[in-house]
Amino acid sequence: MSAALIVFIILAVIAVAAALAMLLSTNTVYSALYLIINFIAVGVIYLTLGAPFVALAQITVYAGAIMVLFLFVIMMLGAEKLSEHEPLKWQRPVAIVLGLALIGESVYALVTRVGTAMISNPAAEKLADPKALGTLLYSKYALPFEVTSIILLAATIGVVVLTHGGKKEEKQ
Amino acid sequence: MIPMIYYLGLAVVLFGLGLVGVLLRRNALVIFMSLELMFNAANLVFVSFSNYYGLLDGQALVIFVMVAAAAEVAVGLALMVMIFRTKGSIDIDQMSKLKE
Amino acid sequence: MQTETLFSLVPLVVFLPVLGLVINLLLGRRFGETFAGVTASLATGLSFVVSVILALALKGSPEGVSVPFAEWIKIGTFNASWTFRVDTLSVLMMLVVSGVGTLIHIYSIGYMHNDVRHNGDPARFSRFFVFMNLFIASMMVLVSADNFLMLFVGWEGVGLCSYLLIGFWFEKGKDGIGNALAAKKAFIANRIGDFGLLVAMFLIFWNFGSLDFKTVFAAAPAVASAHPTALLLITLFMLLGVTGKSAQLPLYVWLPDAMAGPTPVSALIHAATMVTAGVYLVARSSALYTLVPAAQTTVMWVGAATALFAATIAVAQFDIKKVLAYSTISQLGFMVAAVGMGATVAGMFHLVTHAFFKALLFLAAGSVIQAMERGAHEVKGHNSELDPQDMRNMGGLRRQIPVTFWVYLVGGLTLSGLAPLAGFFSKDEILAAASEGHTAVFVVLVLAAFLTAFYIGRQMVMVFFGEARTSAAAHASESPKVVTLPLVILAALSVLGGLINLPGLTWLEKWLGHTLGETTSAGFLWGVAGTSLLIALLGLGLAWLIYGRKPLVKDAPDPLQSKLGGLWKGMNNKWWVDEAYAFLFLNPFKAHAEFTAEKVDQGGINRAGDGLGEGAIGLGKRLRTLQNGFTRSYALWMLLGLVAILTFMVLR
Repeated sequence: MSAALIVFIILAVIAVAAALAMLLSTNTVYSALYLIINFIAVGVIYLTLGAPFVALAQITVYAGAIMVLFLFVIMMLGAEKLSEHEPLKWQRPVAIVLGLALIGESVYALVTRVGTAMISNPAAEKLADPKALGTLLYSKYALPFEVTSIILLAATIGVVVLTHGGKKEEKQ
Repeated sequence: MIPMIYYLGLAVVLFGLGLVGVLLRRNALVIFMSLELMFNAANLVFVSFSNYYGLLDGQALVIFVMVAAAAEVAVGLALMVMIFRTKGSIDIDQMSKLKE
Repeated sequence: MQTETLFSLVPLVVFLPVLGLVINLLLGRRFGETFAGVTASLATGLSFVVSVILALALKGSPEGVSVPFAEWIKIGTFNASWTFRVDTLSVLMMLVVSGVGTLIHIYSIGYMHNDVRHNGDPARFSRFFVFMNLFIASMMVLVSADNFLMLFVGWEGVGLCSYLLIGFWFEKGKDGIGNALAAKKAFIANRIGDFGLLVAMFLIFWNFGSLDFKTVFAAAPAVASAHPTALLLITLFMLLGVTGKSAQLPLYVWLPDAMAGPTPVSALIHAATMVTAGVYLVARSSALYTLVPAAQTTVMWVGAATALFAATIAVAQFDIKKVLAYSTISQLGFMVAAVGMGATVAGMFHLVTHAFFKALLFLAAGSVIQAMERGAHEVKGHNSELDPQDMRNMGGLRRQIPVTFWVYLVGGLTLSGLAPLAGFFSKDEILAAASEGHTAVFVVLVLAAFLTAFYIGRQMVMVFFGEARTSAAAHASESPKVVTLPLVILAALSVLGGLINLPGLTWLEKWLGHTLGETTSAGFLWGVAGTSLLIALLGLGLAWLIYGRKPLVKDAPDPLQSKLGGLWKGMNNKWWVDEAYAFLFLNPFKAHAEFTAEKVDQGGINRAGDGLGEGAIGLGKRLRTLQNGFTRSYALWMLLGLVAILTFMVLR
């Protein structure tokens, strides 16, 4: 039982528990906060995997920006409680069964096909400095990089158009 | 030193939980959050393989996935706001205009 | 003129009647009855003239020629073209068909004039002549064919015309449908025979590779030694066709019912020409039959049995036309027996003379019937209760309709075989051939001849002698000249017809010998001749004794009825053959058809089709519930699919 393994197990447990809590919580704000915990836990796992830049990007972008946006909207719309009436009766049991089936089969496939032969590489930590990642991004993945900027632009314009039009009508 | 399968297994579990969340919850915002969980699981797989092979390509892709997720969340939440303004509720079962 | 050009006239024998029928079809109704009748008779008459020209041309080159006319079927090695065969046998048939046909057409002008008025539809006059010309054309196709396929075309054509003409008054008859049913019966019985002929043709093609007469008959001996069973089957199936068309046992049942058609039809088709097609077929195929003695014996016995059987039924019939119908069946039996024995010339001789005197008898019977109708009209005005065809209503007509009486007498005596009338010579030849080696058949035929004389004597006495039994008979009047003139001509032919093959001056034998090969005839046997003359006189005398001495009175039962009792009942009821057929074949078939139509087709198959439709609707209804508009449930279905695929991949 090496230290790395113990660390991993603790982080894994936190991540899964937070995810479950997010699913089961009735209060939407609590769900968002649980999700933030999950993101942070996964970010730390990234650190152990030798990806510092990605880890911090995760915390900054995901937990910091995206979840904050979520919280904005939740507060704006009011964290209401939805009615108990469930129109789709079979949804809950079947979804749970299928979800478990999916997880189970994937784990089974992993165990039988992959096995425990592959081991993570601790030496990779040396490789992952931001400089190397930056060089890669701007050389091999230059085109996708530019495309992502366009995606962001499109998203921004889209959001503005969507909400701007609505505001006009309200005023009138 | 940790077998890859642990990371992959964790990713699978997180993915499954996110999927169940999408199917079970009726609050549209919680559904979005479960989607984010699924994205996250995928990112984990990318990073673990990047570590295994010693290549940085996986991490580069994670950056792109994050960008896409961010854009998607922005637009999606804007849509949710609009729908809330017209319908007064974010119960996804109320948005069933596909059958009328 | 050169013989080649003369021979090339042969397509006219078919196309002149076709021209006649087309003219009548288009213009017949517009220009009146005389025009229609004259056109049709002229067409047939000109056809006769062409036949005579061909006969004269054949004298120069008696081997015969094949005149190609048109290409028809050419598939690989199978070649069936429309070729006309001009040889002594076919020209003989052409002469008979067109000659007797012309006389009957002329007769029909007068007869149908009365008949369409009696039946209430004068507009149907031209239609009759269209059908008659179509019949002549088809019969000509049949007899002038150079291969089995063209013969079959003509065969089917005459069958069609028979159907059309029997059902000419299609809305009349028993229960308003009787005539149509009779026509249907004729067609179906013929169809069963046609099936036999078709199978024979298939077998011929299979074994010989061709349907041409020349090829088949030339290759016959080789095939006979190589595949004797094949030849046996061919001849037997052909016999089935003959029993259908020529009304032999067991397919004769349509001919008595066919009397529902107008009398000229009965004369032309069911006495003189169509029914002889079977005899012609066997005569033409004699090259095949002589190689299969077993088939010959079968043919002979079928003919002989039919001759006797039909004669017994004719003795006890009361309808004037039915007696003649059964008489035709019986005489055809004589002909078939003759060709079966190998005495082809005798059979053809009897065919020719029978055409003369049977047509005469039928036409004269028509004259009698119309005389009765005139009498009934005079007395009570279109009285439909009186059956003008029932002999019990007649009597003493020799004073009322003398011309008809004399020609009928001539016809009747010829039929009985009294010398020196035509029937004596032809029948005698058949009996002579039978006596040489087929003693059992000889006895049967002699018995049939006795009955023939008896029943025709009975008929003549009942109709013409004694006192009139009804007022209609007392007031009957003679038919017009256009009707009686053909009768007189036919009577003359019946008297003189024997000349064509007198013993010693065997013209017909020599004439046919060019086509049929050298035939050995029995010659004139005095013993046989004496026997046949004796039994003819016996039959006539007995008929006079029973029916003539004490003339029949109205409503009295037939004197023979008390003497024969049960036998009489059988003969009168045609030995219940129709009933037996209905019980054995028709009713089970009808039941089976009903079952298949209702239970299988409407019940099973239709319901299966409906079930498919209903199943689709039901499935659609259930599937519709899947679309509930909730995105979550759609997502669930996607997950289900995903898990399924994953399971498959994991388990593989």
